[in-house]
Amino acid sequence: MEKIQKKSHSFRIGNYINYIVITIALISFIILDNAGFLGRSDLNLLSRIGYSIVLAVSLNLVVGFLGELSLGHAGFMCVGAYIGCYFANSFHEIIGNQIITFVISLILGGLVSAVFGFIIGLPALRLKGDYLAIVTLAFGEIVRNLFKNLPYFGKAMGMQTDAIALERDTMYISSFIIILVVLFLIQNLIKSKHGRAITAIRDNEIAAKAMGINITYYKLFVFTFAAFFAGVAGVMYGHQISPITQETFSYNYSIEILVMVVLGGMGSITGSIVAATVITYINFVLQNELSGELAALKLLIYAIILIIVVIFNNAPKLKPIKEKCNIKYLFARIFNHHKKPEKINDDAAEWNRIESKINMDAILSMEIDVKSNTAFTPDKSEKGDK
Amino acid sequence: MSDVVLKIENLGISFGGLKAVSDLNLEIKKKQLYGLVGPNGAGKTTVFNMITGVYQPTTGAFYLDGENLTGKSQEAINHKGIARTFQNIRLFSNMSVIRNVLVGLHHNKEFKCNPFSSMFRLPSFFKSEAKMRKRAKEILRIVGLEEDRNHLACNLPYGKQRKLEIARALATSPKLLLLDEPAAGMNPHETAELMDIIRFIRDEFDMTILLIEHDMKFVSGLCDEITVLSFGTVLAQGDTKTALNDPEVIRAYIGG
Repeated sequence: MEKIQKKSHSFRIGNYINYIVITIALISFIILDNAGFLGRSDLNLLSRIGYSIVLAVSLNLVVGFLGELSLGHAGFMCVGAYIGCYFANSFHEIIGNQIITFVISLILGGLVSAVFGFIIGLPALRLKGDYLAIVTLAFGEIVRNLFKNLPYFGKAMGMQTDAIALERDTMYISSFIIILVVLFLIQNLIKSKHGRAITAIRDNEIAAKAMGINITYYKLFVFTFAAFFAGVAGVMYGHQISPITQETFSYNYSIEILVMVVLGGMGSITGSIVAATVITYINFVLQNELSGELAALKLLIYAIILIIVVIFNNAPKLKPIKEKCNIKYLFARIFNHHKKPEKINDDAAEWNRIESKINMDAILSMEIDVKSNTAFTPDKSEKGDK
Repeated sequence: MSDVVLKIENLGISFGGLKAVSDLNLEIKKKQLYGLVGPNGAGKTTVFNMITGVYQPTTGAFYLDGENLTGKSQEAINHKGIARTFQNIRLFSNMSVIRNVLVGLHHNKEFKCNPFSSMFRLPSFFKSEAKMRKRAKEILRIVGLEEDRNHLACNLPYGKQRKLEIARALATSPKLLLLDEPAAGMNPHETAELMDIIRFIRDEFDMTILLIEHDMKFVSGLCDEITVLSFGTVLAQGDTKTALNDPEVIRAYIGG
């Protein structure tokens, strides 16, 4: 058994890229921070990137791997943020330790959000495509207004979280650690029999059913699982921004998460991470640079950047360059340079041989009548075979 | 009774006013190769769809090993032991060949592994994964696709895709295998090979096989018994040679 384990590990070195890159990034940020190069806004940005990545990766599970369109991800985030931070607000004095409160509220926020995901998913996942998108969209709006009008969460003023807000450096370090944990769980799930079942449902639902895969179970499972992580991201959000206001979780934000997923490539975890980082960065820079009257331009510039990125992302001439710059590809070249490229096996040659033989026989046995002056013209089927 | 694997009683379905299949009676014994033939639109695939739970029959019932499976869902019927291939190939085309077979092994009790242990990579995950891969390779070897196991399913030539469908259905370890036009689109070479494979599967796994096919050479070479359908009704039933030479059957195929 050990042998097999080892073999599969060495084979999958490219799959550890995400962990490696994020760990390296975290270490370098810690060093930069201690050396005094990172300002307050930089640390804020890092924390924002943290929860954006968690959101994008978890939505990718639903949109990219399961193939269902969900527009209510910000709604689940909203549930997590309010519930998790409400808990932290009420209990941080009893528990005492800030980090332990944070971890408990992360799990609690995630769990409550998952329960919401389960309840919504139960009826909604019977719907397909656009209809599911509309239901999840409605859910996001309803949940947001629910929290706005409940008396416990500060109503329209928003919920104050100053008391539980983490230090900026603790926040970004814990964000990165949470990313690592989330990636570990999601990537492991994808690369197991359950992940195969999920992608099978996306590829061909009818065949998946015929193979005995319980479609309802897996759809619900993925939906709940993604809702859990959206809730976790919400708690992360709540611990760095005060007050939590419900406007943040409007459907615009759901769309933004979806943009991250689509831009990074559906079904690509690495892509989601990169896209979440880039989009959060762009948003952040635009927000900081454009102040006063120029602030109105923010959305315009954001849109233009998105359009340019989408166009260049799909440009055919850039494909070879992109492939060469792919980190996975580079690593594969470094570690597997002794491996020869796979031979593409195609028995088209055999087809040709058999068909041409039949053709030749037909032609050879054909008697051409010279006297009647009709030239031999091969009929349609023979023409096609040549 | 124990000898009969699949028993179909008065099975029928109508879509609105159209009776697609009516009063079908069938009995397939263990290890039998049974053929279902008929002109286009006779309702052969509809019969398959009813037995696998895609359509719910409007009349009649069917039994697998004496257990009534009428009205069960597709997954439940598959778990009970009926697996099928599709007339228009329905592979998981963006997955590699071996992953297609691994999906087929998904429900097998031998390879149980809950989402929790696969998420945390507990030892049971590695154990079941290694066992699954081993079994998948064995199945691929039977249909002769072991060499192609790392290719994408959509890159395979047509004949191999059909074989992969059989392999995938086989992976669900069924008692009854339904093959919907397994030889369609194959060259004579591949057809002959496929006949060997089907016989081998029957002998190796003690499999009962029900197949739809238009290639009469294929059917008469393989099947012990057949049922001929035309416009949803049974024209002839029984021993392959006699049924195919039935004047009614010849009229249905040739016309007149």
